[in-house]
This record gives sequence, structure tokens and C-alpha cells, in this order.
Amino acid sequence: MSDIAERVKKIVIEHLGVEEAKVTENASFIDDLGADSLDTVELVMAFEEEFGCEIPDDAAEKILTVKDAIDFIKANSAA
Amino acid sequence: MRRVVVTGLGMVSPLGVGVQNNWERLIKGESGLRAITSFDVSDLPAKVAGQVPRGPTSEGLFTAEDHVPTKDQRKMDEFIVLAIAAAHEAIRDSGWQPQTDEERELTGVMIGSGIGGLNGIYDGSITLHEKGPRRISPFFIPSALINLASGHVSILYGFKGPNHSAVTACSTGAHAIGDAARLIMWEDADVMVAGGTEAAISRLGIAGFAAARALSTSYNDRPSAASRPYDKGRDGFVMGEGSGVLVLEELEHAKRRGAKIYAEVTGYGLSGDAFHITSPPEDGNGGFRSMRGALKRAGLDPSEIDYINAHGTSTPLGDEIELGAVKRLFGSAIETVSMSSTKSAIGHLLGAAGAVEAIFSIKAINDGIVPPTLNLEDPSDSCLGVDLVPREAKEKRVRAALSNSFGFGGTNASLVFREFK
Repeated sequence: MSDIAERVKKIVIEHLGVEEAKVTENASFIDDLGADSLDTVELVMAFEEEFGCEIPDDAAEKILTVKDAIDFIKANSAA
Repeated sequence: MRRVVVTGLGMVSPLGVGVQNNWERLIKGESGLRAITSFDVSDLPAKVAGQVPRGPTSEGLFTAEDHVPTKDQRKMDEFIVLAIAAAHEAIRDSGWQPQTDEERELTGVMIGSGIGGLNGIYDGSITLHEKGPRRISPFFIPSALINLASGHVSILYGFKGPNHSAVTACSTGAHAIGDAARLIMWEDADVMVAGGTEAAISRLGIAGFAAARALSTSYNDRPSAASRPYDKGRDGFVMGEGSGVLVLEELEHAKRRGAKIYAEVTGYGLSGDAFHITSPPEDGNGGFRSMRGALKRAGLDPSEIDYINAHGTSTPLGDEIELGAVKRLFGSAIETVSMSSTKSAIGHLLGAAGAVEAIFSIKAINDGIVPPTLNLEDPSDSCLGVDLVPREAKEKRVRAALSNSFGFGGTNASLVFREFK
């Protein structure tokens, strides 16, 4: 598993207070991990902070799962 | 009018977590005031505060994670965390668990705060300045809003009745209890979780109150001596933090479920000074009228009040003015009443003060002990002939207790609690 995937999962675990085993690549933040709309906004901010990238609102709206986040960051980050 | 009784108590203060723990330490004459070490005070004139002591829950100390899950703490400023901790204790103590929708809809929450999320607003301002608006958390506003203390408690417990918050500076806790009792009297609710909470001890909070010349600055090297109501050496209040929460309940409702009843809320008086933003008028007419109103509502003569938990913040002017108002109202009954300021032990909890002090007043009724005014070594001349319970608690039957709270803006509230028979 890539370093980016590990870091994304770590942020999700910390912010949503969920067990590591639940944070699979296909897990949906809202449907599977108990996040609400404010949690997802904060998650995106945490990804921006961690990876030094900017995630525009229209792109953020499409980040619904762990995999969505990993894919976006892989494509848009130098980290 | 329906009668309202107290069936649950919960508290976090500079003396620790839990009502019994607090009460025992208070009666022993212990102080919760310490030198501030959690942030830099080198350039602040006041370096002493009553901070909630951190440590293991099993030792009566505060561990936030034991009250609110870590992931949820990011969504609320500390004043909300403290309110939830006190509410958990009070609700558990009351044994009230609504089972039906109707019961849930008749259970409300009214927990206020004087200042709310000051520290979060400070941090948010720094973030905005240094990193720009995109770095402001979506939880910034709901963390800081005062009524979110009531909001979180209602969400946690499914209490769907009146959801409200008092915001009247240092009278907040007393107004919350008085107003919540009236909501029960008027049948808007059968049960109200009511109280106050505050967590504003920070560089910004201290700087603000110090600029208003409200804080003690002469006892930085002797923290436990800094709050000394009625003593000639007093020079201002000491900031405190914490939360007090009471479960108020309609009498018949409490009786039907066999609840333990601590006391009855019989009196509530309110007034405005219409005078000055931070100072009371010299004749103390605002405090006088709120006390008189509370006694009238309670149907009690001053001679039937055995204990007054004074506002008594340890400011040179405020203590004198309150004492004068009490003397005028009580007349010859001043000879039999005992009056103490528990702020001498825990400092001034601002929006939580009225609620925490209401709990101390109720414990005085229940246990027949009046708590002391610590550091009262050399009383002001005006104290002559008034029992201010200097330095040591004393046994005394308390049939009814009066609790005073006066706030910036000239807002006054007095509560009367009566033993329940």
C-alpha cells in the first residue's frame, strides 16, 4: 500500500474516531464511517494540510470514499 | 402554580469533578486557586486562576475523554465539554430516563454561559490571519456558540423539550435555573436540565478582565489567598472555570417516579441596575430588588433564610455594596443569617457561578453545614455584626438558602431554595 494511502487512512481514523479495520479503500465517509457533512469538510481540510495541496470545492464534493481521496491526492500532489 | 424541585446535581470546578468531591473539599476549607502554568502569564498582571484540575477521574480530577469522545471534542469549545460532564453527572444522579416521545418532549435543557467559546474564537482569529479563510474549520461556529452546550446535551440524551440558553454574564447560572423552573411552572416542561458553564481562562480572557481592573493582582505569589471576599486586603476577583448543572422537576412528576428530592426552588427574583456596564450603583438597589423579589416569590420573611451564598467576588466595591443591600433587606434578621462567599475557594466561575453556588446552597440545606469564606482574616468595618463564616465551615440548620448573582451590564438574579419536607 502506498504511503499516500496510509496517510489518508490515518487522518480518517483520527478525525472520525473509527476502527482501522473499517477504513477500507471503498468505505464511504458518510455511509460507512459515520461522518456528517461538516466532518467531510473538515476531512478535506485535513488532507489539504497534510499533503500541501488545494482541493477546490467542486472536487471536494466528489471525494466520497477513502479511495476517492487517495486518487485525488495521487493525481494532484507532489507529496 | 406547579411546584419545582431539584432531583439531580452535577459539577466540575477548580476543586475537581463531582458534587460530593467538591462539597467535601469546600467544607474542609480547601482552595482550588493556583498559579497559572498552562500558558504564559509573564506579561499579565493577574497570574492566578481557578482552573479545573486535570488528572485521573478516579481521583476526582478531570479527564475530558472520560466525558466526551476525543473525536467529538474538536467540535466543541471547552465550555461545552465541561457542561456535558456536569450534565452527565446530574442526569445520572436524577435517574430520569424518558421512555416515550411525550416524556422526551417534556424534558428540556437550559445551560448558559457568560462568554462561550472565547478560546476557539481566539484560535480561529489567528488561523484566519495567518492561513486565510480556507483553513477555518466547519466546527468553528458551532464550537463557540453558547447555546450549543444545551444543544449537545439535548442531542446526546434525546431531550426534545425547550432548548434554551441564558447569557447574562455572571448571573447566567442563576437566570438559567430560575427561568427553567418557570418553564416547568408554566407546563412547557416537566423536567429541565439547567445550569451554567464557563471556560474562558486564557491570555485573552485574563487580559480582558484585567484591563477592566476587575482581577486580583496583589497575591500572585500566594494563589490561595487571592480571593478574599469582605477582607480589607481584597483587590479583585480571581477567574475560575467549570460547570454546574441541576435537574429541575415538577414536584408530582418527581414523586410519581420516586425520585430523591434535594430541595424545592421556591424563589426567583430578577432586576436591572440601569446604571453602568461594569459597576453596581453605590446603594446596591439592583441586588436589593432581586433579593426582595426572590423572597416575595418564596413567601418567606428574611428571618426564615438561614444561609446566603453571596455573590461576593472579592472586589473592593462589589462586596461592600452587596453587604449593604443585604443588611437593608434583612433588618434585624441579619443577626441570625449566615452569609459566605464560596468564590473564596474556587474563584469566580462567571457564567457557571450561579449554578455551582446554587448547588452549594442546596448542599448546605441537606447537610446542615454552611461553607466558609476563606481568607477572611481582617474583615472590612461594614462586616461588623454579620456572620460571614470566616475561614471554617460551621454546622447550622438551614431551612432555606438565598443565592445571589450579579453580572456586568447590571443584571441581577437571586434564587431561594427551601428544604423539602
